[in-house]
Amino acid sequence: MAVLTAVVGIGQTKYEAKRLDVSMAGLIREAAERALADAECTWRDIDAVIIGKAPDLFEGVMMPELFLNDAIGGAYKPMLRVHTAGSVGGSTGIVAASMVQSGIHDRVLCVAYEKQSESNATWALSISLPFSLASVAGAGGYFAPLVRGYMRRSGAPDDTGIRVAVKDRQNALRNPLAHLQMKDISFEMVANSPMLWDPIRHLETCPSSDGACAMVMEKESLASRRSGKVAWIHATEMRSEPTMFSGRDQVMPQATLDNAANLYKKAGITKPREELDCAEIYVPFSWFEPMWMEGMLITERNQGWKMTYEGATAFDGDFPVNMSGGVLSSNPIGASGLIRFAEAARQVRGLADQHQIDGAKKALGHAYGGGSQYFSTWIVSSQKP
Amino acid sequence: MREVAVVGFTQSPSLRREPDRNEIEILIPVIEALRKQTGLSSKDFDFVCSGSSDYLAGQSFAFVSGLDAVGAWPPVCESHVEMDGAWALYEAWVKIQMGYADTALVYGFGKPSMGDLPLTMALQLDPYVMMPLWPDAISIAGLQARHCLDAGLMKPEDMAAAAVRDRGHAKSNPYAQVKGDYTVAQILAEPFLVNPLRRSDCAPISDGASAIVLAAGDRARKLCDRPAWIRGIDHICEPMDFGVRDLGRSRSTEIAAEKAGAGRDKIDVAELSAPFTHQEILVERALGLSAKTKVNPSGGALAGNPLMAVGLSRIGECATRIWSGEADRAVAHATSGPCLQQNLVCVLEGN
Repeated sequence: MAVLTAVVGIGQTKYEAKRLDVSMAGLIREAAERALADAECTWRDIDAVIIGKAPDLFEGVMMPELFLNDAIGGAYKPMLRVHTAGSVGGSTGIVAASMVQSGIHDRVLCVAYEKQSESNATWALSISLPFSLASVAGAGGYFAPLVRGYMRRSGAPDDTGIRVAVKDRQNALRNPLAHLQMKDISFEMVANSPMLWDPIRHLETCPSSDGACAMVMEKESLASRRSGKVAWIHATEMRSEPTMFSGRDQVMPQATLDNAANLYKKAGITKPREELDCAEIYVPFSWFEPMWMEGMLITERNQGWKMTYEGATAFDGDFPVNMSGGVLSSNPIGASGLIRFAEAARQVRGLADQHQIDGAKKALGHAYGGGSQYFSTWIVSSQKP
Repeated sequence: MREVAVVGFTQSPSLRREPDRNEIEILIPVIEALRKQTGLSSKDFDFVCSGSSDYLAGQSFAFVSGLDAVGAWPPVCESHVEMDGAWALYEAWVKIQMGYADTALVYGFGKPSMGDLPLTMALQLDPYVMMPLWPDAISIAGLQARHCLDAGLMKPEDMAAAAVRDRGHAKSNPYAQVKGDYTVAQILAEPFLVNPLRRSDCAPISDGASAIVLAAGDRARKLCDRPAWIRGIDHICEPMDFGVRDLGRSRSTEIAAEKAGAGRDKIDVAELSAPFTHQEILVERALGLSAKTKVNPSGGALAGNPLMAVGLSRIGECATRIWSGEADRAVAHATSGPCLQQNLVCVLEGN
């Protein structure tokens, strides 16, 4: 019933610690203009605008999409603001796609951003409310016990996370937009970096970035007429579960397993490791690569670390993960999910420049958020379903 | 287009201050009542979507614990907008249109009493040029009201009459916060709160929540004797800057109403969520309502204003009047942003 939809334009800013040269409006406009140029469209060609970002406390503006709408051509158009915790970038892409898939709009623009230099994310995530448990530890403090849980049950070697951190930073050197450009990155360098939240070292964590990512999506009848390459959306899926309840498996939540199973079912995929050519996975702390290889049913339970260890997820491996450098190399939080979705689309369009996987035809984009409880994913392809 | 209807609606009372309950504790009985009303359990909802604001809660990810009220287990297909629940309903309607879902649970909630709401709303303005001046929400609305009066678009008596009407209607609404018999003269005798606005020109500050169930086609017919069919729904956002838009009319409401087909037939009932009397008049005009339309039978936002739920509640209030046969065709309105920046119009029909 849904209208087949394609990504026809992608725009990203350079990711940096502080983009002091632009306002928030300037930042998202930069990404949106690049997406329009890629799609060979003008502002007039856009029917609706979807904006996504993580908590408003990150910049100190309540519902900032209201003042930003005008900067990305949203005046007198429908505008929606998506917010689903860390998965928001992915959800923004999914909501935008649904505006076309439903037949309501012909062509939409979505933009996700974070300008973290305006505030302090760890502070914004650590507010303690009356009568509520306050971890006052930011995201790293929350996820460290989950990583420990994974290490214990999988028996993964202690240095698995270090290997992911090195691999993603090496990949980032292929991507000029990536925030971290660490030419001298090495195993020793990561291993010797300070322990922040045991077992997560400083260089096993994502940076805090300013940046925006935008995409133009279009219905089949328009996208089919294009001479340039487009990425066809084969399937999207989202799942959520509550943060805490007795018996909840926070290391391998049911929501990720359900999400993956339904995503593949919709996309007609039975052997994801063989049928997918590459993946951009939300890995803000190194250990989440092996964890989500299992959570996305790419490999068997407790075997995810082997993919890292054996080099399967490396750029030249049989299942490359985070060719762009991933969240470990650029993390404008609200945009990070949409960047994963966009990088998956770049791969199947064959437009990923130096981090292109040769012949990539089908790719997975992934985001998660909250206390490992929000999941949004999509599969895009160079071919129609 | 698939046929989609509102088949369930529940709300909490609008209270100036919920003394003991947090946002989620306000929401839990609302969703529980909705389950009873529709006979559906959490597993029966193909999609869940909510609207809320972190800044009202004073906390990042405040909406996350809404999942506790839903009882999201096994895991649910779920999304959230940092907007009034009316826009969450729009997203859910889109998901049903694309065939992703046949039923959806939508809810909105807010507890603005935890902070100083007019000042909190100042944080919604352009952070570089406007917000540093800390213009509170009532003063911003006051500037617009002053423009409307000076331009001869309305008189103070018209504004007072809107308050009198809404509070009178609210007498029969057990969920309303401000209700009773007032006269225009009585209201005009009030001192100014922010000239030219009197306290009675302003919606109350309300804590509260509401929830709706949407269902498609035959599913809706099974769940409801007379479903309230969504025959049109659209929303438009203007630029925020006050210098680039006409504050004496609601252009975005006009466009949304036209696209939703509001004026194609008679309108028996209209429910408006404008939080100031002069804005209510602007919205009435933008919707092209005639004297035959009963406006705000529930009292509207001026009688109860639970932010992030108030727009969704307008859709629910219209739906209940379709279910009962009191109306055949109703129009609901939701707004967001300073001076009616963003507006949504939803047309509901019984046939």
